Amino acid sequence: MAVNAAGRNIPNNIPGYGDVLPFRGYTKRLPKGNRVGKKNRATFNTRTDKTLPNLKAAIKASGLQIGMTISFHHHLRNGDYVVNMVLDACYELGIKELVVFPTALFGVHKHLTKHIQKGVIKQIQGSVNGPIGQLASEGGMELPVVLRSHGGRPRAVMSGDVHIDVAFVAAPTADRYGNLTGAHGESACGSLGYAHTDADFAECVVAVTDNLVNYPALDIQIPQTQVDYVVEVDKIGDPSGIVSGTTRVTRDPMRLLIARYAAHLIEASPYFKEGISFQTGAGGISLATAAYVREAMRERNIKGSFGLGGITSFFVDMLEEGLFEQILDVQSFDLAAVESISRNAKHVEISADWYANPWNAGCVVNMLDTVVLGATEVDRKFNANVNTEADGALLHGIGGHQDTASGAKLTIITTPLLRGRIPSVVDSVYTVTTPGEVVDAVVTEFGVAINPNRKDLIEAAKSDPEIPLVSIDDLVEKAEKLTGSMTPVEVEDRIIGVVEYRDGSVIDVVRQLKKK
Amino acid sequence: MRLRRTKLYLPGNNPNMLLRGYLFKPDGVILDLEDAVSMSEKDAARILVREVLKQGEFGECEVTVRINGMDTEFWRKDIETVVPCGIDGIRVPKVESPKDMQILDEALSEIEEKAGIPVGKTLIFCLLETALGIWRAYDIATASPRIAGICPGGEDLRADLKTDRSETGEELVGPRRIVVLAAHAAKVDALDTVYADVTDDEGLKRETQWIKQLGYQGKSVIHPNQIPIIHAVFAPTQKEIEQAKKIVAAAREAAKKGLGAVSVDGRMVDKPVVKRAEYTLQRAGLLEGGE
Repeated sequence: MAVNAAGRNIPNNIPGYGDVLPFRGYTKRLPKGNRVGKKNRATFNTRTDKTLPNLKAAIKASGLQIGMTISFHHHLRNGDYVVNMVLDACYELGIKELVVFPTALFGVHKHLTKHIQKGVIKQIQGSVNGPIGQLASEGGMELPVVLRSHGGRPRAVMSGDVHIDVAFVAAPTADRYGNLTGAHGESACGSLGYAHTDADFAECVVAVTDNLVNYPALDIQIPQTQVDYVVEVDKIGDPSGIVSGTTRVTRDPMRLLIARYAAHLIEASPYFKEGISFQTGAGGISLATAAYVREAMRERNIKGSFGLGGITSFFVDMLEEGLFEQILDVQSFDLAAVESISRNAKHVEISADWYANPWNAGCVVNMLDTVVLGATEVDRKFNANVNTEADGALLHGIGGHQDTASGAKLTIITTPLLRGRIPSVVDSVYTVTTPGEVVDAVVTEFGVAINPNRKDLIEAAKSDPEIPLVSIDDLVEKAEKLTGSMTPVEVEDRIIGVVEYRDGSVIDVVRQLKKK
Repeated sequence: MRLRRTKLYLPGNNPNMLLRGYLFKPDGVILDLEDAVSMSEKDAARILVREVLKQGEFGECEVTVRINGMDTEFWRKDIETVVPCGIDGIRVPKVESPKDMQILDEALSEIEEKAGIPVGKTLIFCLLETALGIWRAYDIATASPRIAGICPGGEDLRADLKTDRSETGEELVGPRRIVVLAAHAAKVDALDTVYADVTDDEGLKRETQWIKQLGYQGKSVIHPNQIPIIHAVFAPTQKEIEQAKKIVAAAREAAKKGLGAVSVDGRMVDKPVVKRAEYTLQRAGLLEGGE
């Protein structure tokens, strides 16, 4: 056991994970040696059609064997059919003990439960949102889930921590020679950002599409040089679960209040000036913060440099209004974003590596001025938890939380002080996802707490009487006063989840819940 | 003069809103034991409101409780429970008779005395929600020195007037004019009823501009998002602020010199004009609240 820099007691070795490198600080771990790569291959003019009749044929051709690692990307979100389809085919082919390496799983992947129980899936290394997370938390998986951030994942692939045997790329449009795009087709999802590293580093790449077009496909995102096989299926997903309609700003007064405080903090900061860059999530408070910041940009005649992240219609509108020079898009959330990426040269698709990998020559998050994030909990040390809920269940992935917080000059976490009767500013978070050293401010309806390390920001915030400055301890005490103290979560010793920091060290673990 | 531009209703059975309402910075909050609470929940809501009042965090807000009407069995228990918590005032629904206000005044005095609260501290705001109540507005407003404001009703009043809601609100023009006249005659605040369509920001703005022009000091609010819209309407213009600054400065100068008369730009200024100037600066946040 060793206590890491986030104050967590972590074993030196975790069964099913291996030796642990304890987290030592957000810039501490540096890479050694070279990147890994896949085997060379040659393709001649004797093979100009990479299509195979069905998934099973592609799986056979890929050489997938028992115990190998298969990867997926989550741009089809809760509308995705591909993950379930591939695992069904593996089951039917008798291929077992697979390590599934998705960028994220959603509610729709509850279907995998039976493959976990039948031994088709041995381990999941990726975000487990919802039902699979609940299953893992209750001890339903043999090996621990390994969680990595959007930047930590490509780092793990490129450095050789994870070797992908077969990458399955859901492609809303593909041609017969393996050029892929998410910009077109009935299942269009816009950016394919998370799939790039997989396509580049997997031993074999299988594209699964429901829109096979003539060569060459338009607006190619993943090129033919990386794709080994193409399979056409009836449907890769349900469009209504892939993208939402127009994203609207909330009218919930409490969310608006929190957003207004966050926006005031951004305006008071030294970063609110010509060329500002920012990222917000698509959640209610984040989006409302963006709406207030947009107003302020208009009023003070400020033009931003770029908007980053998961992209919504809201950022598209800002681009078109001239409030941003460009949008850098790793994931497109709604129809307007999908439509924009295919038509606007200033709306650029970027890979997860480009977006957030700490081990390359420079990722975009390092250029970010401000990011507005959420969290299920934050604590006195400004540590943030986005993985587990108050009952200790592992229900959410890391996303870009660690990456953007580490990169941005101003990282703001917005959260209601209480969710129902559950406090979200606490003495010590149940799981550390993002270390407090990279979190600058916590904004709640009961006040704004700035990390004491950011004296400059505290001074700046004092200039705006609209920012209700409080200490983080004030918020903890206020929450406790309103709710009383919480009963601690009861857990077994067994570790069911490993939370890696983006550099591959272990920042925390999640333990199995005690049966009630 | 206390600002009463916005008074936010907080349902007495909703701890979430009761604890957070003040964060939206209305001028006042109204913890509601009446319409927001069903008959079967009256006791529970009263206890919840009492506990929230005891915690006592309401920022700068004027804290009032809307009790149940004096035609119900609940009103006495309501005031016995909330007044000892030291609230700023109570809001009484469906007031029709000056006599009732005297009875209430006495009951309040008794409770205040028992609780060690200065007698007369708890103000009364009257909701005039029937034709009779409107007709007797002046008599009601002058029935007790505790009365600090009167408000015309909305839906209940329409029903009593045997009419319904129109797009222009024509049916409430008369009652609103009567109430504002009676309020100023009685030297109490004229406070307007709620604007029910919480998604129609433009409609709210128009109605607020209109009631401000009539002479109202503010409006009740049922949704926090309405607060900044109303405050913006009541915010004085730059020209009004400049003029008010001049008047207030002249008045202070005159007081220093011990002069009775105040002169601005060579013209004499009456005392009410000075008061209004002070009120303007207060709304602009340039003068601390008085009284």
